[in-house]
Amino acid sequence: MSDIIFKGKAIKLGDNISTDHIIPGRFAHLRSNLPELAKHALEDADPTFISRVKPGDFLVAGKNFGLGSSREHAPVVIKMAGISAILVESTARIFFRNAINQGVPVLLCDTTKISDGDKLEIDLAHSTVANLASGTRLTCSKVSPLMSAILSEGGLIPYIQKHKNFVIKKNSGEEPRGGD
Amino acid sequence: MAKTLAEKILTKKSKIDASAGDIVVANVDLAFIQDTTGPLTIRQFEKISFQGIAKPQNAVVFLDHAAPSPARQFSNDHALLRRFARETGCRAYEVGDGVCHQLVAEYFAKPGDIIVGSDSHTVTAGALGAFATGMGSSDVAAALALGKTWFRVPETFLINLKGTLPKGVYAKDLILYLINQIGADGATYKALEFSGEALAHITVPERLTIANMAVEAGAKVGLFPSDDATQKFLTTQGRSDSYSPLYPDADAHYERFISLNLLELEPMVSFPHTVDNVYPVSKAKGIKIQQVFIGTCTNGRLEDLAVSARILQGKKRSPGTRLLVAPASRQVLTQAIDNGYIKTLIEAGAIILPPGCAACLGLHQGVLGDGEICLSTANRNFKGRMGNPKAMIYLASPATSAASAIRGEITDPREIM
Repeated sequence: MSDIIFKGKAIKLGDNISTDHIIPGRFAHLRSNLPELAKHALEDADPTFISRVKPGDFLVAGKNFGLGSSREHAPVVIKMAGISAILVESTARIFFRNAINQGVPVLLCDTTKISDGDKLEIDLAHSTVANLASGTRLTCSKVSPLMSAILSEGGLIPYIQKHKNFVIKKNSGEEPRGGD
Repeated sequence: MAKTLAEKILTKKSKIDASAGDIVVANVDLAFIQDTTGPLTIRQFEKISFQGIAKPQNAVVFLDHAAPSPARQFSNDHALLRRFARETGCRAYEVGDGVCHQLVAEYFAKPGDIIVGSDSHTVTAGALGAFATGMGSSDVAAALALGKTWFRVPETFLINLKGTLPKGVYAKDLILYLINQIGADGATYKALEFSGEALAHITVPERLTIANMAVEAGAKVGLFPSDDATQKFLTTQGRSDSYSPLYPDADAHYERFISLNLLELEPMVSFPHTVDNVYPVSKAKGIKIQQVFIGTCTNGRLEDLAVSARILQGKKRSPGTRLLVAPASRQVLTQAIDNGYIKTLIEAGAIILPPGCAACLGLHQGVLGDGEICLSTANRNFKGRMGNPKAMIYLASPATSAASAIRGEITDPREIM
């Protein structure tokens, strides 16, 4: 993982933001036209989101973020809107994998300590978030080495292009295991 | 070490001794895509630029979500999926064949399989003892290219079921009750494993309803053992060769135990806008509804249409309530015609939609108006799910839905049966 510090402001949402909130099914006809689709990102959760998001901003939410459908378009439109990382208390399984596969970091931390508009600095290598508005520092749970490697390559497709396989390293907390 | 069903299957398919918490790479028996997530999967697959699909015989394309197409963009996506199937040699199911999860159950899923689909309700096939889970487009693209994928072996919640379902109470009520107990994120990254004496009375069609909604508690899989009921279902489908028994080890380690006495259950209703917002039907009694939708991968099977037809026999839907019925597959539709259910439903005022996802996700065939309320047998009631964020969706069993269609308001089916 690179030592880059991400800087940006928090855009705060609540709990249980589903993939239907993030990109509603009624826009599914635009799924082969991603720039058009992305204009509707989070429309049903926060209609002001798309007008106030700036490149590099962080999406901050509560529990069970991204529950529901497996549509990878959810992290795709969040990324296209300019969001550089997602900070949540907890996240649904498929969304979590999808975001990492799109190269979008998802950090799990106590997001009640972050308010809408707060300026944040995220240190991905150390999984910490500095809240410049409140002067607090949050520690995030670390992703597995395999997910971390996928993230460092910029997502699953570049990862597979490079490795041609899933590489599970020894002595990384993950045993080399499985498949043929 | 003694193993849960999830650990057993992942051990066999990864060829290493897998326990909860391990990261494993496992061979995939079936990888499938559908028409709303498939186009992105194909684009991701093409970027990987491998020679083709690792095992084309284990890959399937389903056209079910926006089928028949309501707009040219979907038509073009359908064309892309058909071309992909032709070029890669994988199988394709056409518009009108049915919902992917029902077709996977009818024709593909086997006990002990690993199944990945670019659809969150892929968990449905857990009813047949398959480790089946939904993934996004990139993950399924990689599974198509490599013939394998990676998993974190999940911890398991053991759901022990006792007793039999009382009159008017169905598998849907059971799973809605359970999701309320666990919470919409209570089983995130976990396996739900069903067990107990009640399984002897729970058929595969009912298990499909239960496994289908495991993901609504956040679960990665909802697994049933493979037993006599599994053998009966597979034999009925002409797939007796696909049967093999599969049970967890007696002293396997479970993270949590939940016991349910089915005799104590009653008809349940999930209120907007989260699936775990569940109450007994009495709390919803009298809520006026403008639409009833019976169908989907949750409750569009023959048994669901049978109970709906029995309740609606000789009756009419309320004039102010549209009644949409979508059989889950072509097989379900033809059997429902043979058994007379379709005629009964049409005479009661139902609109029969083609086999497929229909109104479930708001793409076509039953989009709700502002302020309208729908009672649906589907699995999700998120805001905007049926095409309009200003509408409200309640979820219930086919029996509750059919009874409610007659009165035009949410009704306890036991008052009518």
